Amino acid sequence: MLSLLVFLPVTAAVPLLHPRVPDRIARWWFVLVTASTLALAGGVWAAYDTPDPGQLDMVDRVTWVPQIGMSYHVGVDGLSLPLVVMTTAVFLACAVYALREDKRPRTQAALFLGLETTALGLFAAGDLILFFVFFDLSIVGMYLSIHGWGHGERRRSALLFFLYTFLGSLALLVGFIGLYVAAEPHTFDMVRLASSPPLEGRAAVMVLGAILLGLAVKTPTVPFHTWLPPAHTDAPTIGSVVLAAVLLKMGTYGFVRIGMPMLPDAWRAWSPILVAVGLVSVLWGALVALAQTDLKRMIAYTSVNHMGYVVLGLGAAGLAAGEQASARSTAVSGAVTQMVSHGLLTGALFMLAGVVWARGRDFTLTSYGGLAGVAPRFSVLMVIAALGSLGLPGLSGFVAELQIFIGAVAVVPIAAVGLLGILLMTAVLLTAVQQMVTGPRTTPTTGFPDLTRTEWLPVAGLLVTAIVLGLAPGPLLDVVEPAATALVDMVDR
Amino acid sequence: MTSDLVTMTPELILLAGALGCLVMGSWTPRRSLRRVAVLAGVAPALSAAVAARDLAGQPTRVFHDTLVLDEATGVLRVVVGLSLIAMVVVADHELRTHARVAETYALLLLGGMGVLLLGSAADVAVLVCAWLLSSIPLYGLLGLGEHEAAPEATMKTYLLGAFSGIWMMTGAGILFGLAGSTGYLSLSAQASGMPVVGLAAGVVLVVTGLLFKAGAVPVHLWVPDATQASSSAVAMFVTTLPKLGAVVAIGRLVDSLPGHALWVGLVAGLGAVSMSLGNLAALTQHSVRRLLAWSTVSQVGYLLALAALVGKEALAWPALAFFVGAYAVTNLAAFAVVAAEPTRKSLGDWRGVAKHRPVLVAALAVSLLGLVGTPPSAVFVAKLLLLEVSWSAGLPWLTVLVAVNTLISLGYYLRWLTACLTSAPSDETERSQNRPRLAAPVLVASTCATVVVILGVAAGPVLSVAQ
Repeated sequence: MLSLLVFLPVTAAVPLLHPRVPDRIARWWFVLVTASTLALAGGVWAAYDTPDPGQLDMVDRVTWVPQIGMSYHVGVDGLSLPLVVMTTAVFLACAVYALREDKRPRTQAALFLGLETTALGLFAAGDLILFFVFFDLSIVGMYLSIHGWGHGERRRSALLFFLYTFLGSLALLVGFIGLYVAAEPHTFDMVRLASSPPLEGRAAVMVLGAILLGLAVKTPTVPFHTWLPPAHTDAPTIGSVVLAAVLLKMGTYGFVRIGMPMLPDAWRAWSPILVAVGLVSVLWGALVALAQTDLKRMIAYTSVNHMGYVVLGLGAAGLAAGEQASARSTAVSGAVTQMVSHGLLTGALFMLAGVVWARGRDFTLTSYGGLAGVAPRFSVLMVIAALGSLGLPGLSGFVAELQIFIGAVAVVPIAAVGLLGILLMTAVLLTAVQQMVTGPRTTPTTGFPDLTRTEWLPVAGLLVTAIVLGLAPGPLLDVVEPAATALVDMVDR
Repeated sequence: MTSDLVTMTPELILLAGALGCLVMGSWTPRRSLRRVAVLAGVAPALSAAVAARDLAGQPTRVFHDTLVLDEATGVLRVVVGLSLIAMVVVADHELRTHARVAETYALLLLGGMGVLLLGSAADVAVLVCAWLLSSIPLYGLLGLGEHEAAPEATMKTYLLGAFSGIWMMTGAGILFGLAGSTGYLSLSAQASGMPVVGLAAGVVLVVTGLLFKAGAVPVHLWVPDATQASSSAVAMFVTTLPKLGAVVAIGRLVDSLPGHALWVGLVAGLGAVSMSLGNLAALTQHSVRRLLAWSTVSQVGYLLALAALVGKEALAWPALAFFVGAYAVTNLAAFAVVAAEPTRKSLGDWRGVAKHRPVLVAALAVSLLGLVGTPPSAVFVAKLLLLEVSWSAGLPWLTVLVAVNTLISLGYYLRWLTACLTSAPSDETERSQNRPRLAAPVLVASTCATVVVILGVAAGPVLSVAQ
């Protein structure tokens, strides 16, 4: 069933390659396929049984290149399942949003269905090379999306994105080879590598260094984040949504799936640096966001801030090994929740930014004002998304950040400095909301018509999910917590 | 002796095909020259089919241990046969009006045969003969070119070839003097008692001759000129087949010498220089052909790095055989795309092509991203094998260098792809419509691109054949 889920979108993309498919049908096909994928993901969630620690559930496994210990191996656990479901939800929202797309909708739908497969495949991968294959293909797909459907300096931004993240992927590959060569017998299998970590000492620290470099570029953390703002600014709306909501998670997911269980020793050695990088990302992302005058760049920097919380939580989980296991597993669980939550909330924010662009062809914050009067639906959704993003209780961001800070502060009290980030974030988002929603009315000369159905429906869908997760995080945490506990045990080895 | 001859059937078929082309070409009227092309296409197909049948056989040595027929030879035979078909199909479209088309076919097949001998030689004297057999058709093919720069390219290639040939023969003489025999087996048995300096001089000189064929640093300067000045089919030959034979030959030579550290360092070092220099030079190119030519200089660096490690790692031989096939098909796809748009010479000429020729650009994207080593292409698996082999052989610097070079190469491959995807200049629609549509090169390009992906996804079974 998992393999079906992974390959359904790309298979469904094949008929769209035919040039005779009418745009209207292509758009609805995109919606239909992503909706079925979401339904299938729901089925996977329903059929999911928490596996033994360190194992995966719903495993499909076929030998692929036995000579180099490579296999097609997919499976899910509490770390990946929430991301799989979140991915399918985000893609459905994108498909609905893209119903009014008039720039080559057929090829765009095909491209995004391909991207959905790379994302699902990456989160479900149980083999390092499979992980790498999807990691690289996602870069190619996103490059084409920015290059083909972006605006502004899209070519330059797309190239910058490609070169940066490809550099990261090669560092990642070198690290994978290191793991493979050290494992006895040689293997790329994630479960086996995690069950008996192959490397120790300096070699492990260096291999993890390569892997962390690759993942940090993708996440992105300070100082590897400079590709993100231009990529977001010039990407098409649904490209930005997928980039922020799904592709960035590939970096942080790599931390929990590869770095922590396979190189526990080195993870502990690196964790003070990770905590520092996390804190710097939190504060730097928030401060730079505060200085932005461009709505989309501002949201892009909030991503740097939010991913900083994730890195902070995961770094804290590597400190004080052997002690405070429950606090550290709370931090890990918070980090995973944050990945899901950021996907939903930032996805919604980027869609609203896309709405703004569609109205005024301009992202400058000061070009808009008093929209509450002319566009009440937009204003309500914008306020909810902003409040969720700054971590207001009742939305999923709060659950995530609360767990991260409970866990991290217990282990490293200095992590409390990160709370400043939340304060700064409040300033960032409230300033933006204040500028756009309240105050004297400033609209583009063409006016600012309120949201159409294909615009508010996906945004509302994402936000409602975030609210549900914020009010009743139980079902999600029931899945995440056993995996987080198992992960902390692995780091302690 | 007769049974030895039977084992050489693929080579003999190519030879017969070449002679047939020559004879037929001399009396076939110009309007029916297609018949010659059919013969030139059927011969390598037969050769590859026979070679494929023999792939499962046991490795043997024939003709008094001067030729080795093993998995690498088998893979090389299949790859050379199939590549020749692609070249003949492209040549048939491109050179129909050319005065010397039958001779071109004959030289292609003869060159292919020389490459096969080069790859299976296990004797320094035979190696030199094979080197000549594959070099002379190369000079001929370049000399037949109609491009204004063809004479210069031919002279450059010939002079460099003559020089490196002399070095190679000197090296062969030194090795013969040291071992008292030209066979690799006796060389291998006696190498430990030889003076290191003499042995090193002999090996270095022989390798230099082979590096000329491989188009690798330091005797690579003929490659860009030859690629630019020849027809597409000949460019496909120049940048693909001699390299394959040469790297397999270098692998065999290194494999037969004990005291590996020295040779591993030497050949891997040359490979490292070749991949880096080729990449850096490709970054500055504007002509697509020169860009591809420099890219082949860098690609052969990866192949050399694998060839250096054949004695050290069990996986290196199958990896080299796989890389040979992967590189050939990916490179041929790229050149077939160039052949399909003969008037687009510089990168700027490719602006906006994606809109008018989506299939062609898709094939180009697969081949260029394939050359980078993006999964799931064939070169990805090949590079993965290289990274693994180099790391397990204790050369992590080589692993990192390969990764860094891969990133650099992305710079120029993407430049070309980006050009295809950008919006076209205003006269583009008209230009595309006025162009002849060459169906055959597009067919070759898309077939090769499909094989690139299939070979990458089905790497497991393919590798088990090569092992």
